[in-house]
Amino acid sequence: MSTPSTSTTTGPATARGTGPVTDRIREHIVAMCAGPEGGHLGGSMSLVEILTTLYFQVLRVDPADPGAEDRDICILSKGHGAIALYAVLAERGFFPAEELATFGRPGSRLMGHPVTAVPGVEMATGSLGHGLPLANGFALADPARRCFVIVGDGELQEGSVWEAAMSTAGLGLDNVTVIVDRNGLQITGRTEDTVPLEPLADRWRAFGWAVREADGHDQAQLREALTTRVPGRPVVVIARTVKGNGLPAMQDRVESHYARLGERQFARAIAVLRARARRRCS
Amino acid sequence: MTPPPTRDAYRDLLVKLMADDSRLYCLDSDTGLFAGVDFASAADRYINVGIAEHNLMGVAAGLAASGKIPFVNTMATFATTRALEALKVDIAYSGLPVRVVATHSGLSAGHLGPTHHALEDLAIVRALPGFTVVTPADATATEEAITQSVDLPGPVYLRLGRKATPALEAGPIELGRVQHLREGTGVAIFACGPHPVLACLRAADLLAADGIEAAVVNVHTLKPLDEHAIVTAARAAGVAITVEEHWRCGGLGGAIAETLSEHAPTRVARIGMPDTFAKVVGGQEHLLDHYGITGERIAATALTLIGGTRNDPGLP
Repeated sequence: MSTPSTSTTTGPATARGTGPVTDRIREHIVAMCAGPEGGHLGGSMSLVEILTTLYFQVLRVDPADPGAEDRDICILSKGHGAIALYAVLAERGFFPAEELATFGRPGSRLMGHPVTAVPGVEMATGSLGHGLPLANGFALADPARRCFVIVGDGELQEGSVWEAAMSTAGLGLDNVTVIVDRNGLQITGRTEDTVPLEPLADRWRAFGWAVREADGHDQAQLREALTTRVPGRPVVVIARTVKGNGLPAMQDRVESHYARLGERQFARAIAVLRARARRRCS
Repeated sequence: MTPPPTRDAYRDLLVKLMADDSRLYCLDSDTGLFAGVDFASAADRYINVGIAEHNLMGVAAGLAASGKIPFVNTMATFATTRALEALKVDIAYSGLPVRVVATHSGLSAGHLGPTHHALEDLAIVRALPGFTVVTPADATATEEAITQSVDLPGPVYLRLGRKATPALEAGPIELGRVQHLREGTGVAIFACGPHPVLACLRAADLLAADGIEAAVVNVHTLKPLDEHAIVTAARAAGVAITVEEHWRCGGLGGAIAETLSEHAPTRVARIGMPDTFAKVVGGQEHLLDHYGITGERIAATALTLIGGTRNDPGLP
């Protein structure tokens, strides 16, 4: 049976010894980007608190029974955030963290975009704009479950998102929540220089959604927003994030989208993350 | 008595099935096919998502991933061109039990023009791993196809038409197996869909008058293809013709040519829509006639193949 998680993500180091879970998740992400294929570094780092809040504080899921019928659904529609999802699923207990070292290697089930072979992954994503239509279906199948969709802000340029959003509101699917990873960047630059999304909150309201905004790296704010329910209306949480959050040299930079870290870059990144963790705990 | 159009036969059977099977959902995209239908106790399982085909397929996938069996309604060209990525990534990749009911296939949208014709859908959908692809040749076969599709583990593409077509007066079909309509070894003619199959039967009559016994094989299931039966018929005849309401490229003709070239190289003449969009206005029968998907053309092609001459303009 699925139960809400009671794990905490702040506080002193856990039995694993390296610090709160978001610090460990960031280290996992960096390690996967130091593998043979590299990884989507920036857009995974911006997701860390969003995914951690969901999987440790909000979702009714059971790592021992990923297919439990009464579970909540979480779809990473911005599938290129896969390495963040893998790190969170591993820390949450869906599979051993040791498997993360196989990312992108021959024979691994951890691909650059998530597939259903990985315990905890609901649907294969990677082509943008698919998550919300899927969530509409999951939501219709069982009104008692909550269905979360994590989208990127660049992803909102895909029309299929809005096609689905009209449907969510039109069908009154108030068990659907979208979280926008609003990091302001896409491959070719700032979203607002490419296809402006603002006024984003107004757009969602115009489509019939209730809007909440939150600092996307503040788990208390995220928890408050993600547990909001509005009868008869779906909810969108616009989470203001920083692409590459955690690594000052990478933060808010287009170059952080995809990175293959060499040995020295990897060592430096880990050192930066651990220094930050130490400053927080002292 | 003329049987109902295949899509009406499908509609009526689905409503009946939904009454007794709570897994079944009917997803609509403003097609109008279900106007006036009383779903009774199943009313909450009829959902119209409006004119939104990507959303339609995504919703179907989400329902199917939750243990439901959705029948999805749209026009064939919208299902396979507009919503192809959802078919590929959301449905086919996960092997979900979605039944895509694709109406207005081939030229059946007639005078509505090329934006509504579906001459590419078989080529597209048979490329997707795991899809069962069926083109029933009449209303009865449509009902049989639906009944046999309900519990198939993976996705199904059911290719239907628009207006009523004659009953075939053939026995029941079995998905995955061809249906032999005429026996013969003079030429093996393979077809799918109401008008192509009827044209082949007419061609067989014309050829019989010339002393040639044509085998007519109804290949209602394009995928998985009944390769054994196709190879056997082609080997017996030595020459083959394929007939479909589809571009000549990649549909039934492509599938048969692929199979035969691999297992029993045979000269195959593909009859279908030539490499053009419909440039004339007209109803389905007019277009079929104009573009040469007729019994007369099939018979002439057979004679050319058997005679070994290269005079038929349909052959290179």
